[in-house]
Amino acid sequence: MFRIRCPYCGERDQIEFGYGGEAHIARPREPEAISDAQWADYVFMRTNTKGLFAERWVHSAGCRRWFNALRDTATDRFVATYVIGEAPPLPVTQGADDGAPVEEDAEAAADLAGGGRP
Amino acid sequence: MSAQPARLSQNRLSQGGLIDRTQPITFSFDGKRYQGFAGDTLASALLANGVHHVARSFKYHRPRGFMGAGPEDPGALVRIGSDPATMVVNQRATEVELHEGLEAFPQNCWPSLRFDIGVVNDLMHRFLPAGFYYKTFMGPPGSWMFFEPFIRRAAGLGPAPSAPDPARYEHMNRHCEVLVIGSGPAGLAAARQAARSGARVILAEESAACGGRIFAEAEGDALIEGLAPRAWCTRVLEELADHPDVTLLTRTSASGYYAQNWLTLFENCTDHLPPSQAGNLPRHRLWRVRAQQVVLATGAIERPLVFNGNDRPGIMLASAARTWLHRYGVRPGENAVIFANNDDAWRSAFDLHDVGARIAAIIDTRPDPAPAHREAAQARGIPVRLGATIVATRGRRRIRSIDVAAFDAGGVTGKPERIACDLLCVSGGWSPNVALFSQSGGSLRHDEALASFVPDEARQEVVPVGACAGAFSLEEAVSGGREAGRAAAQAAGFVASATDPAAGETRDGAPPYRVAPAWELPSNRPKSRIRAFVDHQNDVTAKDLHLAVREGYGAVEHAKRYTTTGMGTDQGKTVGVNAIGVLSGVLDKPIGEIGVTTFRPPWKPISFGAVAGQHVGALFHPRRTTAMHDWHVANGAVFEIVGDWLRARVYRQPGEDFEAALQRECRAARNAIGVLDASTLGKIDIRGKDARVFLNRIYSNAWMKLEPGRCRYGLMTNEDGMVFDDGVTACLGDDHFHMTTTTGGAARVLAWLEEYHQTEWPDLEVFMTSVTEQWAVASICGPRAPELAADLFDDIDADPERFPFMSHASGHIDGVPARVFRVSFTGEISYEINVPASYGLWLWRTLMERGAPYGITPYGTEGMHLLRAEKGFIIVGQETDGTLTPVDLGMGWAVKKNADFIGKRSLTRSDTARDDRLQLVGLLTADPAFVIPEGSQIIASAREQSPRTPMIGHVTSSYFSPTLGRSIALALVAGGHGRMGERIHVARAGADPVPATITGTDFLAGLKDAS
Ligand SMILES: [Zn+2]
Repeated sequence: MFRIRCPYCGERDQIEFGYGGEAHIARPREPEAISDAQWADYVFMRTNTKGLFAERWVHSAGCRRWFNALRDTATDRFVATYVIGEAPPLPVTQGADDGAPVEEDAEAAADLAGGGRP
Repeated sequence: MSAQPARLSQNRLSQGGLIDRTQPITFSFDGKRYQGFAGDTLASALLANGVHHVARSFKYHRPRGFMGAGPEDPGALVRIGSDPATMVVNQRATEVELHEGLEAFPQNCWPSLRFDIGVVNDLMHRFLPAGFYYKTFMGPPGSWMFFEPFIRRAAGLGPAPSAPDPARYEHMNRHCEVLVIGSGPAGLAAARQAARSGARVILAEESAACGGRIFAEAEGDALIEGLAPRAWCTRVLEELADHPDVTLLTRTSASGYYAQNWLTLFENCTDHLPPSQAGNLPRHRLWRVRAQQVVLATGAIERPLVFNGNDRPGIMLASAARTWLHRYGVRPGENAVIFANNDDAWRSAFDLHDVGARIAAIIDTRPDPAPAHREAAQARGIPVRLGATIVATRGRRRIRSIDVAAFDAGGVTGKPERIACDLLCVSGGWSPNVALFSQSGGSLRHDEALASFVPDEARQEVVPVGACAGAFSLEEAVSGGREAGRAAAQAAGFVASATDPAAGETRDGAPPYRVAPAWELPSNRPKSRIRAFVDHQNDVTAKDLHLAVREGYGAVEHAKRYTTTGMGTDQGKTVGVNAIGVLSGVLDKPIGEIGVTTFRPPWKPISFGAVAGQHVGALFHPRRTTAMHDWHVANGAVFEIVGDWLRARVYRQPGEDFEAALQRECRAARNAIGVLDASTLGKIDIRGKDARVFLNRIYSNAWMKLEPGRCRYGLMTNEDGMVFDDGVTACLGDDHFHMTTTTGGAARVLAWLEEYHQTEWPDLEVFMTSVTEQWAVASICGPRAPELAADLFDDIDADPERFPFMSHASGHIDGVPARVFRVSFTGEISYEINVPASYGLWLWRTLMERGAPYGITPYGTEGMHLLRAEKGFIIVGQETDGTLTPVDLGMGWAVKKNADFIGKRSLTRSDTARDDRLQLVGLLTADPAFVIPEGSQIIASAREQSPRTPMIGHVTSSYFSPTLGRSIALALVAGGHGRMGERIHVARAGADPVPATITGTDFLAGLKDAS
């Protein structure tokens, strides 16, 4: 059971949140203009990252707002949460890109997490 | 009670231990009565009475005694009690505390502990090798069928209780700065130091008394901070008791270590008490603790040695023998042999000798034990054999003798010598108890000097101390504990006092711990006769591990599963490292490269009751009821659960069965008036200048031209084009809509709207609010509904001509505000009347009263299902299963062409556009009286009887229609829309297929359309 820092409400127990899968996947602007394969990639395909991963969460039992989080999928450590529309505070490689592994930047991650301590 | 000491049983010492000799306790085991004392466990009391054989092993039904003296013991599993509701099975006798009247029973043996039929498995062990189960699964067809009943009987541990558990269980949530697990010297020192800072500290101790091995060892000349260890322990506990922010939990084991320092602690509150003294306490508690810092002082677990004949009652860990002596005042044998590869175990020989036992021999696999030990043995006249091993043992229900011989790397070198004994204390060295550290995500490394795995890098805010960290001396444990407690408090923001400068000396009472690994010891016996157990609970021998490697399962996780090593209720606490040691020998690889298997929660078995806590019965899941619920209850409603709601399914009148009630309700709705409690429909108030645009993107059909005052039915699809909800939405104003959803989908749809608004289209100005609970809804339908409606409303003209289908109006009923929708789910003229929820019951009673002259009849959800099936309307979740598009459902008219909506692009994907997809159709059976069971499979022709018959669809809804006087069904059939009039067959289990004809879905189409 995690604790997750909602960017609007602060740190709350995981039980208040819902998971929304990979973040930063934009809905195609003109779905009719793209191929079946491109559309299927948007609808069905997600990155299965080991390491730093940008993902969506919703504070269902709180403010009901969606936001994004950077979580290390190998350690379950939350490195940062940020509001929808902002760029991830650390570089992550996922989505429709080449699927290259994420570069872990431990020092920058620790800074973002506030030195690892509240 | 007399203060006179009771008569002592044969092996009880006259003094010492944490038992109260003035409080005798009578208990029974296997039907025989025995006496023990307050402070005993079932195991110590049985040993005091000379009982070693208490169980039978899992696979071979071999006689089992006590290997360990605590939670690590693999063999002595017993059943407590015989009441079908309160009995508990697979309890460790070493942890069951004695109380007056305790009744314990052996298990996994039939017909009796002494004479067990299953022991034939032992004689057949050559035919039950490692991987037996897997080989049987994969073997020739039928072999699993043949072996299954035999294996099932053999595999049983205790049987599950057969009646509901009357006990109460509890969850507790706690936060603390410092959580200390384990109360040996290291844990006590850590807790005390953290407590002095004022931090909130929780100290969890698994057994009934704090102190760890302080009470399991002879004190000798050991000191902790200048005091004898037991006096020190008492002083620390007194100090902890004075700190208001310290919670000391005994009989509490940390069972799980999860992310972000969230741990579960399992507390036994009353199992150690006779039922009459349990009071109002729950039986067990599960503490759910979020700790800023965790100190693990979980100690170490001694390993047995792997040698031929190492599994007999009377063979126990050397440390367990000392626990029996010092903690329980029990001498576990009269004539003992000590067999070890380390210095620690020698203490058992001396301690046993000093209470009057004869020590027949100390056998050490090493040539060079501690010189001080050799002198001590000589002084006591104890024979010592160095560089030797045990090659065989004798004794079925208690060990009788051992054969000892010298050995070297090539095998046994000397001629074996037989030595009689009734107790064999073994020690293969100590393994730090790293289970929780590993659960926390920390990595382990192999320590050559300790011949064991020790904590390496922590992943969370956790520090292992003392033996858990591989620091085996008292000095290291106490100073390590103090420092960890201080640092943890400081990291949590508390100023911890420096270590007490006046603290006196800490020193051990024995030479420092040294060990030389000896993983698999040789024997002079023929290979086929050697049985050296590695996992005593699961009956896994070294030979099984060799076989696993030969058959390709040499990786440690594979070997574990193939042989079941470490997979029992003890999870291989004593033997995990031995298995890895044996594998390293077979594979000729260093232990560090073999690695360890994953430690998973729970640390030891916990009760299902503790996991469930209070969440049982009515508290298992919240139930929602409508404002009209009391009326339904008072009028014969049979309820069903829909989403979280309780909904009336039918209202049975006296003497009426379910089907008769259903048919009566539906006839009334078609011929007079039916009334349905529709309050549970999801209702979402949608406002904002872009509300219309938003709806147009959410729904598959068009919304841009819906005028205020009108309603429209809409379908929602996922991005994959599959229908996931439907409902009617009313336009209250250009920027204001009232959306309805399915009962079960209400929360999901609101979340869906929010998700798309927030994450895809934040530029749209639109606001969603759930109003499901604000409105109570009664839907009246039927040919006489307009007459009742005309009577009902103060200020709405109910005439269907002027208040047409798919429109809505706001007004009043006796001054109560009402919102009325002319929508229909039955095909009849309907008025869906919404009033503020507090008027719901009033509305219902008013309708029943004023509708009586028109024959108003309440109908439930079953009637609603039947009525809408007659009309061919779908129910999302009944007709649909997340794989059907609007087109599949025959609702292509609800797919707009000119604008995008969620999922639209998917409808033209090649797979979604196939015309042989499952499509919704009606079915009429050739025999009009036959009602097809819902879920039946559809096949093309009656003769396709072989198991390979292709299924071309299935039945989703099926009823006897009172309106048509015959059975009807809705079904999904491959390419169904193009097969109108075709004859198909419905398969039945154990009976001939039933012929039926494919039709349209609106069975009322032939009759007059009432709306
Ligand atoms: Zn929030």
